[in-house]
Amino acid sequence: MNERTINREVSSIREDITAKRKAATAAVSRRTFVKRVSAIGAGTAVLSRVPTRPTKAQYGPPHADGLPAQQLTAMFTDMVKIRQWESKIKDLILKGGFRGVAHLYVGQEAVAVGVCSALRKDDYIASNHRGHGHLIAKGGDLKLMLAEITHKAAGYCKGYGGSLHITDVNLGILGMNGIVGASHLFAAGAAYGIKVKGTDQVAVSFGGDGSIQGNFFSSAANSAAAWKLPWIGVIENNAFQIWVRASDVYATPDLAQRAAGYGIEGRVVDGNDVLAVYGVAKQAVEKARSGGGPTLIECKTYRWYDHYGVAGARTGGDGAFGLGYRSDRELRDWMAKDPISRFRKFLVSEKVLTEAGADEITAEVRKAVEEAATFAEAQPVPKPEDGLLHVFAQGAVPLHTA
Amino acid sequence: MSITYLEAIREAQARALAEDPRVFIYGQDVGAFGGAFKATKKLAQEFPGRVVDAPISEDAILGAAIGAAIEGMRPIVEMQFADFSTVAFNQIVNQAATLHWRTQVPCPITVRLPSGGTSGSGPFHSQSMEAIYAHYPGLIVLTPATVDDAYSMLLEAVAIDDPVIFCEHKYLYYHLKAERLPTEAMPVGKARIAREGRDLTIVAYSAMVHEALEVAEELNGEGTQVEVVDLRSVKPLDTDTVMASVARTGRLLCVGEAFPWGGVTAEVVARVASEGFDLLDAPPQRLNAKDTPIPYHPTLWAAHRPTARSIAVAARNLLRR
Ligand SMILES: Cc1ncc(C[n+]2csc(CCOP(=O)(O)OP(=O)(O)O)c2C)c(N)n1
Ligand SMILES: [Mg+2]
Repeated sequence: MNERTINREVSSIREDITAKRKAATAAVSRRTFVKRVSAIGAGTAVLSRVPTRPTKAQYGPPHADGLPAQQLTAMFTDMVKIRQWESKIKDLILKGGFRGVAHLYVGQEAVAVGVCSALRKDDYIASNHRGHGHLIAKGGDLKLMLAEITHKAAGYCKGYGGSLHITDVNLGILGMNGIVGASHLFAAGAAYGIKVKGTDQVAVSFGGDGSIQGNFFSSAANSAAAWKLPWIGVIENNAFQIWVRASDVYATPDLAQRAAGYGIEGRVVDGNDVLAVYGVAKQAVEKARSGGGPTLIECKTYRWYDHYGVAGARTGGDGAFGLGYRSDRELRDWMAKDPISRFRKFLVSEKVLTEAGADEITAEVRKAVEEAATFAEAQPVPKPEDGLLHVFAQGAVPLHTA
Repeated sequence: MSITYLEAIREAQARALAEDPRVFIYGQDVGAFGGAFKATKKLAQEFPGRVVDAPISEDAILGAAIGAAIEGMRPIVEMQFADFSTVAFNQIVNQAATLHWRTQVPCPITVRLPSGGTSGSGPFHSQSMEAIYAHYPGLIVLTPATVDDAYSMLLEAVAIDDPVIFCEHKYLYYHLKAERLPTEAMPVGKARIAREGRDLTIVAYSAMVHEALEVAEELNGEGTQVEVVDLRSVKPLDTDTVMASVARTGRLLCVGEAFPWGGVTAEVVARVASEGFDLLDAPPQRLNAKDTPIPYHPTLWAAHRPTARSIAVAARNLLRR
């Protein structure tokens, strides 16, 4: 083990941390810090304002009105990016020799893009195991992400996080996470930090239909409600928790109904309609920014691939067929509601894009994805002794060698 | 006919369900789909209503199992990965482990932990938790290394009136095969001499037994006879068998796949050092995984855990002392 490399590594990390810490404390003076902390939780009950039960009407009309063509095009581009980047991962896995795992997000693109389009760069998202889409929508770099999931040093977390833990705090990405439900509490924690600092940022957590059964979620929702935190919980109801059907383990048709129990607003939205998602997210974000507290948004959608990996998938084609726990028919029905084709059709009919323009975007994205794959492939694989790095931020504890 | 370690676990559960109406299985995806690793394949169909899909809330799963046990049932809980049992830690170590001591009401639950590393699985899907649970009074911790033990010890776990943490190794699931299921078994709590030798004792458990056996074979070619002790259960820990082996060989190397701080290997070395110091011809040694989280990348992972190669190096060093 080369001690010098470790020391260099450690001191650069240390500088980094010190700089970040300085920046953070500069933003909040001690006096306001104390005052704001004591204000939190003081008589902020919100129960009275809560609609008791989300209704069909809450699927609501799209709130695209007034969105500039440029933003609509950017949203379309991001959705295509997610689709193409992940399809590339799928093809690489099918080819064999790919060093990484992937819980594919394909089919759910409208949720990530609809929500993240309503956010500012300095807003936070906390993500789960199926998070590549969230990250791309929040500005994640295709090259660095691909390098990360193949565990190369050029990746976002130097290859140590892998597909399940990509993090970039500078982009407001608090991290993907391999523990189901963790995202909700981390985002609520970030929202608490925001409240203490007194900025107008918001924090969003993405979690699946399976992520709300444990106490991470209940604690997040309850605290966010009690302290009126700028937290938005996004539940991507993609119908499955691995192989268990959500409808077999919940007695209520809409998971957003739970919001009422915590005293927060619950919304249900068509998760394959990016403008509908955007509209609901936008309202939630504006409310949170202006001190109105949290919202829970349930997006109904469907994952096109297996829980993870590529069973039933084929190179160059979409969707995983022949899986034991769902019918191909069901998948085809959902693929017919493809969020990307649907949005593309809308943009063309509204004359935001031409067919040729949309094709051009797709081709450009495809090129960027190929470049990302080539970039990641060309990076060196880690050396065995690299495994001894990064255990502590400050490296003060010698590693045990027995 | 041949049967894998995983199939043996499935068969043991089938038999437990068939023989005892108080047994039921509770865990994520264990029902119609037969579990993440297929350890409960078709059991939901064979035993309707007794193999139940659980919410993704490990503490709720364990808490409910304890409640059922107090009421007289014998639940088998499958944690999807051993790593996620940490979400249920409070229920296991505060509630289950102390229930009988506090109330004299037994807590006959079996918690199955798919444990240990496989390539590419990373920090949350690879851990070996036996040392953590063995630390707590009131828990029994089993670590089967063979198909026979996977079967017979799981049946025994279900029959025992105390909470049992059953650490089954994910690598052995598919890689280990036997001709048939055993018809008799060694008692739980008794270690097994997996290979006899007179020059060096390697104490191991779970998947590491097989790495140790490989080393024994390799060193045999060099004229050294290695004795391999398979602990089978880390709690209770069969110090007598270990001590008797060390008395024969004078040298001890203890190997575990868990992290090095504290742990099973430290416990074995401490016991031999304090109770059998005079038996030793050289300082007792131990070999564990590296003192870092478990890496994803296959190259880093291969360097992280003990393997026949690193065990052989440690064994040769010890033989030279
Ligand atoms: C605490 C915990 N328990 C179990 C798992 C295993 N696991 C990984 S993903 C998953 C299902 C998650 O379902 P959902 O939240 O609906 O997300 P989806 O995969 O459908 O996107 C499970 C059980 C885990 N990662 N963490
Ligand atoms: Mg789901």
